[in-house]
Amino acid sequence: MIEIIDLTKRYGKITALESLNLNIEKGSVFGFVGQNGAGKTTTFSILATLLAPTSGSAYVNGYDVQKEPKLVRKQIGYMPDFFGVYDQLKADEYLHFYGASYGIPFAEREKLIPQLLDLVNLFHKRDSYVDLLSRGMKQRLCLARCLIHDPEVLILDEPASGLDPRARVEMREILKELKSMGKTILISSHILPELAEMCDTIGIIDEGKLVAQGAVADILAQLRGERLIIVKVHAGAEKAASYFEDDPHVSKMAILEDGFSFQFIYKGTPEEQTEMLKKAILNNLAITSFAEVETDLEDVFMEITKGVELT
Amino acid sequence: MKNLVVNPVLNKEFKLRFRNFKSYLGVLFYLLALGLIIVGFIFIESLSNNMQGFFKPDQSRTMFMVLSVLQLALILFITPGLTAGVISSERERQTLNIMLTTTQSSASIILSKLISSISYLILLIAASLPLYSFVFLFGGISPGQLLTTMGFYLFTILAFGSLGVLFSTLIRKTIVSMVTTYGVTLFLAGGTAFLALIFMQLTNAYGYTATQPTNPLAYFPAMLNPVIILISTFEPEITNEISRSTGIEFPLWVSYLISYTVIFIGAVLLSIKKLRPNMKKVK
Repeated sequence: MIEIIDLTKRYGKITALESLNLNIEKGSVFGFVGQNGAGKTTTFSILATLLAPTSGSAYVNGYDVQKEPKLVRKQIGYMPDFFGVYDQLKADEYLHFYGASYGIPFAEREKLIPQLLDLVNLFHKRDSYVDLLSRGMKQRLCLARCLIHDPEVLILDEPASGLDPRARVEMREILKELKSMGKTILISSHILPELAEMCDTIGIIDEGKLVAQGAVADILAQLRGERLIIVKVHAGAEKAASYFEDDPHVSKMAILEDGFSFQFIYKGTPEEQTEMLKKAILNNLAITSFAEVETDLEDVFMEITKGVELT
Repeated sequence: MKNLVVNPVLNKEFKLRFRNFKSYLGVLFYLLALGLIIVGFIFIESLSNNMQGFFKPDQSRTMFMVLSVLQLALILFITPGLTAGVISSERERQTLNIMLTTTQSSASIILSKLISSISYLILLIAASLPLYSFVFLFGGISPGQLLTTMGFYLFTILAFGSLGVLFSTLIRKTIVSMVTTYGVTLFLAGGTAFLALIFMQLTNAYGYTATQPTNPLAYFPAMLNPVIILISTFEPEITNEISRSTGIEFPLWVSYLISYTVIFIGAVLLSIKKLRPNMKKVK
């Protein structure tokens, strides 16, 4: 449904996106994770025909974003990370305006708009002025706007940013419903752990490069091959750290600020890990705690964007 | 009425414009200002007729000219304000990107933005028409002259409005776009008149010789100046004087129409081209 081949975008000397390759299946939900400025919005803007790439190609439902931008616009519903609304326009007029912009006849819009407002739980606000709605309501209205021409693909840039927990839950429920409707959804979010359960695949982007891509469970497993271990001693932290550093499976050793703890990445098997700890105690290292840090999706993201390489 | 087939941008702009109370206030103050000028003019002129308290048809003609030039000045002052923010303000309000991802063509967006912004000015002029009837009350002006003046206004609004839309498309910030549009308008309305005068003075400075010296330079700034063109429709002597000085017999108003038609078409086409990014692949 979405195919990105060697997509590169440069702004002068700055490379925002470097040889990005991505393939997203029809009907799947793809989560795009990355720090601010990693290249998520640039990718989405190119797919939404708002930005021309420096090189490479992108296809939406088989249409080239550069050669057939008009046809691509019919396929997509785009929600930018920041967007404004018109003052003095009511919620249903807002949807009428965009519906008319897609060439949907008035009679059809009259039937469609109440259904869309109902889908995003805003039917009771149809006569309210858009600029007076809360942020969460505006986000939901914008989502309804994305759906007005029944697009195959939804490109949602940080749809849950700035929302309170309740509004986030509501947004997540709506997205689940859209997924069940068979829409292909591209979503970027810094609260991806919350959305992870509805994403089929995720891609992690850092400094314009895709550093990991796959099913959420696979990516977690990939990183779990590398365990982050924190060791606490009551004396001789440096000596203990250098002892552990000699192990071939240990990398990224760092002494923590308290002076009594250090952390490292361990790549060996659980058996090897037990053996290493046994030997350390027999070597009279004053270990008080040896703990593996639990990783979740957020940790995966943090670790990867810190430059830890996946096996 | 509700399902009237109108361009969505045009429809939305009209709706937003007339939900805003300021638009009504604008019409009120415009008519008040114009009305005060007319009443004041009649009052002063009738007092100056040896305190006899009447108003002659040729004074009515002068009043029409004063009114027309004044209205042109108001148009040139208001047009940049209405047009120089049409695209950049959407960009600043973060609504432009969403509009650009719809299937509306760039031409449709630019043209409906231009039409919607200048239609408020056209409303102002239409609303001022009853005030012009004062002139007819006293005679001295033909309906043809009034129609010519109105046609001239419409053309000038379109031409200067297209410049505002162009700068609004090219320049990201509304404030910079406004300043640029006002600067260009000031040059075209004032600077060109100044240049034309200077060039004519330079030509005349050769002194009186057997043959009248000519220099075509003054013709070009004069043909771009809307004020000179408007006055020349009332006072053909001005056109004759410029023809004598420049040696160019081609009617000034035709040159005005041609040059501003080119500016209008160029500005609109460039705005349409620059509204969306150039998606053509670089080989």
